[in-house]
Amino acid sequence: MDLHRLTIHELSGMLKKGEIRSRDIVDSLFKRIDHTEGKIAAYMTLTRDLAYEQAEKADSLIKSGKAGYLTGIPIAIKDNICTKGIRTTCSSKILEGLVPPYDATVITRLKDAGAVFTGKTNMDEFAMGSSTENSAYALTKNPWDTERIPGGSSGGSAAAVSADECIAALGSDTGGSIRQPAACCGVVGLKPTYGRVSRYGLVAFASSLDQIGPITKDVTDSAMLLNIIGGHDPLDSTSVGTPMPDFTGSFEGGIKGVRIGIPKEYFIEGMDIEVERSVMDSISILEGLGAIKKDISLPHTDYAVASYYILATAEASSNLARYDGARYGFRTKNAKDLFDMYIRSRQEGFGPEVKRRIMLGTYALSAGYYDAYYRKAQQVRRLIKEDFDRAFESVDVIITPTAPTPAFKTGEKTQDPLKMYLSDIFTISVNLAGIPAISIPCGFGSGDLPIGLQISGRHFDEETLFRLAYAFEQSTEWHKRRPAI
Amino acid sequence: MSMAISKEEVERVAKLARLLVSEEEKDVLARQLSSILTYVGKLNELNTEGVEPLSHVIDIKNVFREDRVRESLSQDLALSNAPEKRDGFFRVPKIIE
Repeated sequence: MDLHRLTIHELSGMLKKGEIRSRDIVDSLFKRIDHTEGKIAAYMTLTRDLAYEQAEKADSLIKSGKAGYLTGIPIAIKDNICTKGIRTTCSSKILEGLVPPYDATVITRLKDAGAVFTGKTNMDEFAMGSSTENSAYALTKNPWDTERIPGGSSGGSAAAVSADECIAALGSDTGGSIRQPAACCGVVGLKPTYGRVSRYGLVAFASSLDQIGPITKDVTDSAMLLNIIGGHDPLDSTSVGTPMPDFTGSFEGGIKGVRIGIPKEYFIEGMDIEVERSVMDSISILEGLGAIKKDISLPHTDYAVASYYILATAEASSNLARYDGARYGFRTKNAKDLFDMYIRSRQEGFGPEVKRRIMLGTYALSAGYYDAYYRKAQQVRRLIKEDFDRAFESVDVIITPTAPTPAFKTGEKTQDPLKMYLSDIFTISVNLAGIPAISIPCGFGSGDLPIGLQISGRHFDEETLFRLAYAFEQSTEWHKRRPAI
Repeated sequence: MSMAISKEEVERVAKLARLLVSEEEKDVLARQLSSILTYVGKLNELNTEGVEPLSHVIDIKNVFREDRVRESLSQDLALSNAPEKRDGFFRVPKIIE
């Protein structure tokens, strides 16, 4: 049986009944990986031996009746999440060979739940990018069309889920890095509320925006993973103690009377016709299920990308100052003195996009420019957040496309950084406002390319997102389609 | 298009950022950063007078914990990724002549 094609909740049931062993899932997955990974390149590191070791433990736990629903389920991890004893590169040369001496909190929680790790997935270097083309190591392909990008920066995780090279995965999202690749690869991606999931052990890019979240084959799996990884962590002072409901309980009750806001600023002339049609059809489906559509306005939408690229790069320039070649990671062989060691290690270790962002962020924070750029961007961030606050007074969720187009071709946007940045035009505001958002498959464009629907909600109201996403999934078949790879 | 950022400015910022950039990179960066900054300039269309800057979206501040000794990394583990080490220290090029 093709166990690699199944979901967490399907496999979990079979494991519990003793119909299969975790070992069988691992067998099935690595057979699949051996067959498809050469074409997809979703992984940075495969942890085959560890997976079998963990599966064996999981199987004995299940036998003794002590298993949870994640026990024995193979998960892939984005390579910017620290895993003790497993190299963690952020797809950067500057972290070449780094083996973290500790686990990120999300990893500890997955281990405690009995999960099995298939490996670490490829990404844009330091999560900076929208296509995974900025990896210093490998070019990940979109399983639906290998001439196209899988989205980014969590492109490896999304491609691995889509190609059935893992059962589910973790990604991270600073400006759309979970949702946009999920949309490009036809899978479900959730960016939780800022503060919902601990960032301890996540390699920092922009600390006020970064958030870890699940990439899964369906909405039920997304809720199941958030149950495990969410909740307060004393090791991350920005994680919040808001109560953690059982998110799989969100599905009940239907969506009758749920008010969905359609922001006019997201449906502008010139938008991709297939994306627009799929999203409009999806809104009709939700209305058919009892949701109430309302036209709303988020007037500062047009300023989100500009605000984001100042704030995110400013935070990045500060966070990435720690890579100096002194304590861990890559060190140049050609240093004359200490200063020379810093600048050469950074020159040789960082790729072009990371350097560009460090430069932009340093510039925005430098004397004489701080008020004009950084402070201004923070003020605009408040205006954007207040747009959402106002909108959520009259609606329960906001619906938009996840990305302006389906997956684009490899190399299409690499020469023009600004053009690449605009791929995140629909996802960035959510990070600036700190609210949760989920991307679910909602149709296909020409060439069989998946299209994503983004549902955003109030702070800490992932439940309403799940309720809506689940109701939609129950009345459509999009999430069941898999690429013919 | 007028350049929002000059080659000299690129040199200044690179030094602040501890990056070594080649002559060729300086030209490319000046051009690309200028194009991005020109785009970012659209923020000035907005009147933000009196708007409080937003640095953090969740309303939490001053998170304290008790000052207790907890389990921490051993010296060996802390040094396990060092490019160069000696006698329990990180080794770097000579700092003081």
